[in-house]
Amino acid sequence: MNWLFAHWNACRRALSRLAAAPLNTLLAVLGIGIVLALPAGGHLLLNNFSALARNASPTPQLTIFLTVDAERKAAQAVELRLKGLPGVAKTQLLAREDTLLRMQAAKGLADAIAVLPKNPFPDAIVVTPADDSPAAIERLATTVRQWREIEHVQIDADWARRLHALIRLANTGVLLLATLLGIGLVTITFNTIRLQVLSRQSEVEVSRLLGATDAFIRRPFLWYGGLLGFLGGGAAWLIVSAATLWMRLPVAELARLYGLDLMLTLPTLEDSAVLLGAAALLGWLGAALSMRQH
Amino acid sequence: MTPMIRFDSIAKRYPPDISALINVSAEIAAGELATIVGHSGAGKSTLLKLIPAIERPTSGTVLVNGQNVGTLGKKALPFLRRNIGLVFQDQKLLFDRTALANVLLPLEITGFSHKDAQRRAEAALDKVGLLPRARALPIALSGGEQQRLAIARAVVHRPSLLLADEPTAYLDADTARDVANIFLEFNRVGVTVLIATYDDSLFPGARRLQLDHGRLT
Repeated sequence: MNWLFAHWNACRRALSRLAAAPLNTLLAVLGIGIVLALPAGGHLLLNNFSALARNASPTPQLTIFLTVDAERKAAQAVELRLKGLPGVAKTQLLAREDTLLRMQAAKGLADAIAVLPKNPFPDAIVVTPADDSPAAIERLATTVRQWREIEHVQIDADWARRLHALIRLANTGVLLLATLLGIGLVTITFNTIRLQVLSRQSEVEVSRLLGATDAFIRRPFLWYGGLLGFLGGGAAWLIVSAATLWMRLPVAELARLYGLDLMLTLPTLEDSAVLLGAAALLGWLGAALSMRQH
Repeated sequence: MTPMIRFDSIAKRYPPDISALINVSAEIAAGELATIVGHSGAGKSTLLKLIPAIERPTSGTVLVNGQNVGTLGKKALPFLRRNIGLVFQDQKLLFDRTALANVLLPLEITGFSHKDAQRRAEAALDKVGLLPRARALPIALSGGEQQRLAIARAVVHRPSLLLADEPTAYLDADTARDVANIFLEFNRVGVTVLIATYDDSLFPGARRLQLDHGRLT
């Protein structure tokens, strides 16, 4: 209880210090806000474009070719077996006769196929996996390849791999940016608290003479850093949200020209909480490092 | 009976070779009023600073309520100081805080609730006649008022020991007498008072500890 009361008092003192120099506070909050808005905005854009990429691309599929001499019954049995697998969402049997007809109808192939003594196409089954991640598709393909009736399994997931790689790269970029700018935030708070300590040297000295513990002296500075980070996080949220609302219509119009449906979304509640929490934590950390140094 | 303060063969030297105190031994009983008198540089302030461990003796021991303050660790020191009221020669007021906020500081440190602290601080200001100036910044107060404010801050948490370093040094005769009377009043209600001063005529009845070039005479 005493501990909570001490923190409550320290928080009040930190708030009054922030309020005592409104311009300084505003500038520091804006600085932190702009620093945090970059990774927060990057994360939000990435979320929006990931959703768009997923929606705009077809679902990855596997095409399973049976041996040419496999009978229809065998193909149907394989299809039934596939439906029983947990990783399979949908199957479609492509009969070899239908494939031949499609190929004969295709320009440039009809003559080539006509000279063949018999139908060269095997029965095939197109499988839509339940989980479209490259790893899940690869696992499913490995399982099916081991079946006796199967000649070849073709994974139609290159685009998915590329997309995942692109998203991974962009995520890494955002993470790198967040780390660098997070260090930037710690540095800003470190310096702000250093100046605070210097300008409050007499208060610190008098407090010590009157019996203040180190914790009593440190607490308001830690709260100051934490609150500065929190307010900076709030400023970043406002910047990102305002930019999103501002860009929403032009981006939607551009997307429509490419036949895509994209409406930028605002940060989710979870993302907002993470942004504010991380900002407050980094501010507190910067203050703690500064207090240790000074 | 254990004395409240006991100096035992105290020596204090500053580099390169300045002896501020030489073999000082003395005792102050609980509830006593005592003055440390001497010329400038006699070692009065140094002796006073040894009690709350603002300075540490080069040799010898300082006991406060039987506790050797020279060996107190960093964590124990604040709790010793919370039982002592300190009036500094330069007052050490915080000039960006109101008179009331200055007096509230020791109570915040001790952990009083805001309501209790406010009540006690106002009572302390009233005691020294500064309640009407509670919202004034120290810069707006006269020298005597600043001194009284420093006393209010020193006594607001009701310490059993009050130390003052030249509390009447820069005051005119009337104001000095008013300030001295405040110390006498606190002593009358049982507070042990030890004052370093060049002129102890303002503190009649006080036991005198005379220092001369660092030696108790």
